[in-house]
Amino acid sequence: MAYSDKVLDHYNNPRNVGSFSKEDPDVGTGVVGAPECGDVMKLQLKINDNGVIQDARFKTFGCGSAIASSSYVTELVKGKHIDEAMAIKNTVIVKELNLPPVKIHCSVLAEDAIKAAIADWKTRKGATADDTKIEPSKAAGSGE
Amino acid sequence: MVKLPIYMDNHATTPVDPGVLEAMLPYFTTKFGNAASRNHSFGWEAEEAVDAARNQIAGLVGGKSKEIIFTSGATESDNLAIKGIVEFYKEKGNHIITCVTEHKAVLDSCRALERQGKATVTYLPVDKYGMVDPDDVRRAITDKTVLISIMYANNEIGTIHPIREIGKIAKEKGIIFHCDGVQAVGKIPVDVEADGIDLLAMSGHKIYGPKGIGALWVRSRGPRVRLTPIIDGGGHERGMRSGTLNVPGIVGFGKACELAKAGMAEEAARLTDLRNKLQAGLFERLDEIYLNGHPTERLPGNLNLSFAYVEGESLLMGISDVAVSSGSACTSATLEPSYVIRALGINEELAHSSIRFGLGRFNTEEEVDYVTERITREVRRLRDMSPLYEMAKEGIDLKSVQWKAE
Repeated sequence: MAYSDKVLDHYNNPRNVGSFSKEDPDVGTGVVGAPECGDVMKLQLKINDNGVIQDARFKTFGCGSAIASSSYVTELVKGKHIDEAMAIKNTVIVKELNLPPVKIHCSVLAEDAIKAAIADWKTRKGATADDTKIEPSKAAGSGE
Repeated sequence: MVKLPIYMDNHATTPVDPGVLEAMLPYFTTKFGNAASRNHSFGWEAEEAVDAARNQIAGLVGGKSKEIIFTSGATESDNLAIKGIVEFYKEKGNHIITCVTEHKAVLDSCRALERQGKATVTYLPVDKYGMVDPDDVRRAITDKTVLISIMYANNEIGTIHPIREIGKIAKEKGIIFHCDGVQAVGKIPVDVEADGIDLLAMSGHKIYGPKGIGALWVRSRGPRVRLTPIIDGGGHERGMRSGTLNVPGIVGFGKACELAKAGMAEEAARLTDLRNKLQAGLFERLDEIYLNGHPTERLPGNLNLSFAYVEGESLLMGISDVAVSSGSACTSATLEPSYVIRALGINEELAHSSIRFGLGRFNTEEEVDYVTERITREVRRLRDMSPLYEMAKEGIDLKSVQWKAE
């Protein structure tokens, strides 16, 4: 089984590995997957009051493609408004990392991790979706 | 400085020993005769070489040379033994006893017979070390049982089954005992007479011989075991396996058996030392690693470990200059972790974290040292990246967590 150069790069030089304090009110934590399935991803997003993702950290138990998917996602979401981040589809990850069909579940898990982290942040903020409606001026130029 | 990459996956296959290759070469070119050609010297020469190989192979396992049936490999040998016996003895019964950690060649042959309605199969469980209980074998026997099929030693975890006791039970009950000897033959003493084996599957490429050649040893006396062939043709191999003999392969297989027998005691001792060194080195450096398989009743070159909180495939990826194998689901197409490791009753996460080291004839102490350091470094790096390790260190019981699987 050969890995794509991008998977290898993220595996060997993972971006944004680590943890934020779970107590930080600006941090949303998403933990998805299960040890018995061989994949667990923890994604943490630091989100400002405007709903823009300032920073991201991950830790992943899983195969190289799972590690690469979560590493890539931390780069992908930074600077994005949570509404944009919620709209990220796993296919973007599949395409970027050139994942083979047997590894698609890794990208699905990474997509789920984003949603779980944002949901956690919302719960903790007690915020409704309306409070964080996307403001074009703030989101502009923040993505890719 | 060690030469990279390092091959430490000798349960999967082994390189051809230089002495084996040398013995084979003339049989590709100048001595190319068909061993079934009875009317000229080319055929006689080939037949002589084949007969010499039969002696070498039978000599390694304690059988008679004419009892060796050459096949394309051990998968075919297992198929021939199981399907051939069930077909031949169908008037007598249709029940097979085997075990859950057998090689797929055995399990899938049994399943094929079940599917076709030709057999019912009892799959015996194993204990936490992967060992079959001979009493379970005895209890599973019915008046319809025609075959017991238990491997000598397991290919993943190296556990050696109590073959002699099972052989004794089979004899006592008059049931044919087939043994997949692929991982044991040439590595540890196997004696079909003392062990009470009736059919023994063997492979060339696991013992520094060539790929594409194997054998099924079939007992001819006490009792005379008969079977229905699965390949029909010219009636070669006493009618049990037709097809022109692979003479160079057979010569190589024979030579490999001769070398294995001559060096067995010394090699087993050396590999046991290397294996123990690898095991001790890793246990010294890393916490939360677990041995899969039997602590003592195991193949000399086998070490199977689970590195908790680290997924097996990601570990393999990190040690790309070392060839070992993993029980991780991600290394198979099925997305299921190893059925052998799971049969031991350990938790699934540890099955995903298992790595098999297979030490062989050409591994050195320097390689063991290198692999020890390499694995240690990578396990530490991956644990720093593992949310499970972090949770465990925070004192969270992973079993109490409500996981949100996709």
